[in-house]
This record gives sequence, structure tokens and C-alpha cells, in this order.
Amino acid sequence: MLKLLLIGLKDLRLMFRDRAALTFMLLAPFLLTVGMGFVTGRFSGGSSGLSDIPVIVVNLDNDQLGDVLAEAFSSQELADLMEPTASSDPEAARRLIDEDQAAAAVIIPEGFTRSVIPAAGTAFDPNYVEPEPVQIEVYANPSRPTSAGVVKAIVDEFVSRVEEGRTSGMTSMLALASSGLLDPQDMEGEARQLFENVEQSESTAITLKKSQEGAQAVEFDILAYMAPGMALMFLMYTVSYGGRSILAERSQGTLPRLLVSPTSASQVLGGKVLGIFFMGVAQIGILILASSVFFGLEWGDTPGLLLLILAAVFGATGWGMLITALSRTPGQVGSIGSAMMLIFGILGGSFINLDQMPAAIRTFSKITPNAWGLDGFTTLALGGTLPSLVEPIGALLIMGAVLFGIAVLLFNRQGMMQN
Amino acid sequence: MPSILEVNQLVKKYGDFTAVNGVTFDIKEGEVFSLLGPNGAGKTTTISMLSTLYSPTSGDATIGGHSITKAPLAVKQVIGVVPQEIALYEDLTARENLIFWGQMYGLSGKPLHSRVDEVLEQIGLTDKAKNRIRTYSGGMKRRVNIGVGLLHKPRLLFMDEPTVGIDPQSRRAILDTVKDLNKQGMTVLYTTHYMEEAQELSDRVGIIDHGELIALGTQKELTQQVGHTDTLILHIGESDDPEALANSLRGVQDVLEANVTDHEVSIITPGAEDILAAVVSKANERGIKIRSIDIREPNLEAVFLHLTGRALRD
Repeated sequence: MLKLLLIGLKDLRLMFRDRAALTFMLLAPFLLTVGMGFVTGRFSGGSSGLSDIPVIVVNLDNDQLGDVLAEAFSSQELADLMEPTASSDPEAARRLIDEDQAAAAVIIPEGFTRSVIPAAGTAFDPNYVEPEPVQIEVYANPSRPTSAGVVKAIVDEFVSRVEEGRTSGMTSMLALASSGLLDPQDMEGEARQLFENVEQSESTAITLKKSQEGAQAVEFDILAYMAPGMALMFLMYTVSYGGRSILAERSQGTLPRLLVSPTSASQVLGGKVLGIFFMGVAQIGILILASSVFFGLEWGDTPGLLLLILAAVFGATGWGMLITALSRTPGQVGSIGSAMMLIFGILGGSFINLDQMPAAIRTFSKITPNAWGLDGFTTLALGGTLPSLVEPIGALLIMGAVLFGIAVLLFNRQGMMQN
Repeated sequence: MPSILEVNQLVKKYGDFTAVNGVTFDIKEGEVFSLLGPNGAGKTTTISMLSTLYSPTSGDATIGGHSITKAPLAVKQVIGVVPQEIALYEDLTARENLIFWGQMYGLSGKPLHSRVDEVLEQIGLTDKAKNRIRTYSGGMKRRVNIGVGLLHKPRLLFMDEPTVGIDPQSRRAILDTVKDLNKQGMTVLYTTHYMEEAQELSDRVGIIDHGELIALGTQKELTQQVGHTDTLILHIGESDDPEALANSLRGVQDVLEANVTDHEVSIITPGAEDILAAVVSKANERGIKIRSIDIREPNLEAVFLHLTGRALRD
């Protein structure tokens, strides 16, 4: 294990001494992110880059809160971001999502408002039984994770503010009643008034996109998409650079020298893989740090971010090992790696949001670490945490393991690590 | 002296091509043993098998009592290898290279660093230790290349043509290093196609050609195989026919052999001075202009020529 680590750290050190490689690995993605930021207007206060997200709103509640949420999607503030369609049939809405006609369906169930605001005359009835909580359903289109994520973020924000409002309202009422400032007979009326005026109020907790705080909460920063997009694209360069170093070591004689030292072939190969992994993690880590410092970019939940980085680099490392196993010379790895970097960059959504691509390409993009990685980073940027990253992280880990297994088989067949 | 290395019928085949064919020899503890042969003779393949890099097609060898096929890891602990090419990381300094390779041989901590200092002094690069290998001359790189092989104080050091492509001064330094190492008790297996190096360094020499060990012994034993003969090398004009001259010389008294290489005719004779007049006369008869004549007393080159009919550099 120690030798694996030593070989990996040696490769990391060599990477940091290769100026040309550093330019490609760090400077190029950083500058491209800045360029894309200017193009999309991020640095001039322009749009987020996401617009006209098709969403189907099914309001079965037809009461105060359901109406507020439904109207929020049609509000002036979300006019550029959302393109809502009203529907009264949940099944039809889900079907449309399955057919990729929209990014998500928001289904507000019947009785949603009543589950939050009891009917008149019942709230303080000693026999009143609080109804089962009724939840709003966001039926997301898995092939449009970014857009669906934005819709989900808006609904989550709404729900959390409803909960916040209910809790703080009830607490205030009880406090006023216990201090004698409010007659218990008037409590229900006051509470109802508090909720029923929600859509007119600028300050109430459940207004959506009306208060500045709420607007920030659902605003999607285009750099939160562009920065990981570029980082993931150039990660493919890094892993091919690492893979190239395996063949370069063979041609410059250091690989045979390692193999005649008391170091097993599997230790050497493991060390090289670890080196590629270290390089990828260092690259993504530096780019994330730089974008946080220079652009003030929020990357989201830290544990989720760390695990996602490790998984994305692992998946990409698998590809790096595979192209190395399929190549005969370091030059071939470089050529294939560069081509793969661009193809995966386009396919995986590093340049163009996958939601805007045809369904076939979105399906095909799943072979790239870029698509899964971007899915994860977008989820994080939209407020997701580790549990919501299970799918992309799992996919990346499986991808890396399968590709690594194939690469090892090919290496063995070639007798490359023979000793 | 016990043998530290015993090679038994070692064979390496690549498809139909036999790179090493039934090589058998041994090396005594404390010896400098040279494998002498032209490029492509099978020297590097032999060392590669002995250092466990390649598996032999058949045969085996034991190093320090460990079989190269059955206990390669134990063999690796006994040997040090100085490969023919510069096998170093160009973007690491000499010290960083030595530390890394020392770690690969299981050294660590203070013993590693003090050993690195010793080796740097031994190869005369203490003051340049912090410079990257990329900035070194060919000779300096060769010295670090050797230093890596010495780090773990191996009992048996394999040196595969360590003087190829370097200046005379660095070559001299390397040969002196080999002698010093041997004086300190290290056993050395040295491969070369330079006859002078084998002659200067070796206690015993194995001559290898086309994958076969064609002669083995001390220098004295080998030259005795040729007999007490001189070698006369005639350098002739490019437009002249060396084969015609060689044919005419084969009938001359005391000419034991006359062989052609490029525009040279090599003559094996019991006494070079005795046949000089006849040789010049034969050349004149054929209108062949002799540009120069070298007379060589019995040496390993002559042995090789005697055994193969070719010069070592062919």
C-alpha cells in the first residue's frame, strides 16, 4: 500500500512540474469558464442561461396555497425561467413527462391547503384531528436533471416557507395567548388571516420570488453549471495525461526499472492508477477552490461535494485506463484522450445543457462521466445534499470499476506489466 | 569462491526468433564478469531474464540461491540493475530520484537519506543534487542511473552497457566506479560490446553471439583459444575489392585466416612482421592500394574474430 502511495505521489509531483500540462489542466478550464461566464452574461448581471423550462402544473387543491404555488410559476418574476402549462389530469401530466415533453410536473394534491390551514372553526376544537400531511409531488424528467432540479428547488422553497410560516405563526399565536395579549377565542381568526393573505403580502414567509431572499434561493447560477462542466471536460485530459505516463514510463525505461525492483506489477499499476486519481482530484479541487474565491461560486453541501469529486474522478480514471490499455504509444493516448475530451465534453453537456439536446443524445451521454458529474454538481448547486447524489455517485463508481476491470484484462493480455 | 549466480540452459524465444539459446554460466562472489558481444547478441535479453523482467522460455537461473522463475521477489532483493537506457524521471532532481528509487527498494527515513547522501558522493554529484535530471549532461545522467542501482547495496549488480553514448571522461569515471565497487566486494555482471572495457574490468568474460555463449573464461584462457597469433588489419581504398585481396592472401605462408569486413581485410598469423612484405606484394599485384595497416596482438577482439569470422562492431 505504501508503494502505491509513493508511486501515486511521485506522479502528482511530476504533474505539478509539467507547465504545459498544468496549462491544460488548470488554466484552460478556468479561462474557458470565465469566457463562458461573459458569453452568458453571468458577469454582467444577465440571465442564468437556463430559460423557458417547460413545467406542467396540476393544481388539484384549488385552494389558497395551491393557487399561490400555481400562480408563482406564471409570475412575472419567473416569466423568463419557466414556461408553465396548466393541467387537471395528473396521469396525463406524468405521461407527458415520460414522453419528454416537459422537464417536470408539479402535482398539488387535493386538500393541500386544508392540511396546512384547518377549516374555519376546527383548529381549536378539542376533537379536531389533524389531517395526514399532504405532499406536493414533483414528477421529474430524469433526462433533464438540471431543469427538473430548478423546478424542484422552487417547490422545495415554497414548501419550506409554508412550514416555516405555519410554525412561526402558531408559535406567535400561542405566545400572544399565553401572555394575555390575544383572546383564545380570536386565535383561529388571526391565524387564518395570517395564511389567507399570503399572496398579497410582501413579507410573509411563503411568498415565492417576491422577497429578495427567496429569489436568491432558487436562482440558478450559470457558473455552477459552466465551472464543473469545464472542470469535468478537462478532467478527461488529465486522466489521459496520467494514462499516457504509464506508456511513457515504459518507453523511457522507468517502468521496467520499477518492475525489477522489489515492487510487484500490481503495485506498480495500482500506484499509477492512484497517481491519475490524485491528479484528477487535485485538478478538480483547485478549480473548485479558484471558482469559489474568484467568482464567489457556491458549490453546495460539502460532504456531497467531496464524495461527488472522488466518484467523478474515479469514473474518469476508468476511461483514462481504458484508452491507455487500447493504445500502443504515449502519443496515441494523447490523441485519443484529446478527442475523447472534446466528444465527452459535448456529449456530456459541458458546453450545452443536456436538457436542450435530443433524447437520444441525453441517453447516450450516460456513458460519460461528464453527464453524471454535471448531474451531481447541478443537484448540489440547487441545494441537494449527499442522499440526493446516490444515483450519479453510484453510476460513476460503477463506470470506473467496470472500465478499470476491462483495462486490467487488456493489460494482462498484452503482457504489459509482465515481470 | 561460491557462485552467486548460476545460469542453466536459459532460453528466450519470441515466436520463431530465438534471442537467447541455452546460455549456461556462473559468476563467483566478488567477481566482475563481462558478457561481451555485438549489438543484438542477446546480452540485454539475458540480463532482463536474470533480473526477472522477462520470464525465460526454458531453463532457469539461481541468484543468491533463489530461482529467478520460482522466487523472483527474493532475487530482486539481491540484485541491483543499471539499465542500458537512462531510466530516471527527468523532472525530478537527482536527490528526488534517488529517494524515490530507494523507497522502491524498501528504504525509508534516516537510513534512506544518509544512503542517498553516500551515493551522491560516490557518483560525484553532491553539489548538483538539487538540479533536475533534465538539466544534466549525458554523463551525469549515466552516473545517477548507476547510483540508483547501488542504493540498496546489492550483492550482485547488473550493468547493461552503461557507457553507451557518453564522452570519454564520463566513460572513464564509470569504469573507475565499477572497479571501486568491486574492490568494496560487490559482484558485477557487466555487458558491453567494447572489447577494451571487458578487458580492463573483467575477471572472466563470456562471449555471446546470436544468443549463444560461444566462449567463456579468463582473458588468458580465451586468447589461448586463438593460439599465439597476431591480427593484421589492412585498410584498403573504397574502390578496391577486399574479397579479391583476401582470396589471394589465403595461399600465403603463415596466413592462417583472411576475413573481410567492409573495406578491411583481417589476417590471423603467427607472426605479423614475417608476412608483411608478402601481403604488400600481393596487394600491389592486384593493384590494390593499402591505406594503413594495424597489427594487434591476441585480445578479445581477436578471439571474437576467430570464433565468428566477424569483428565485434559488425
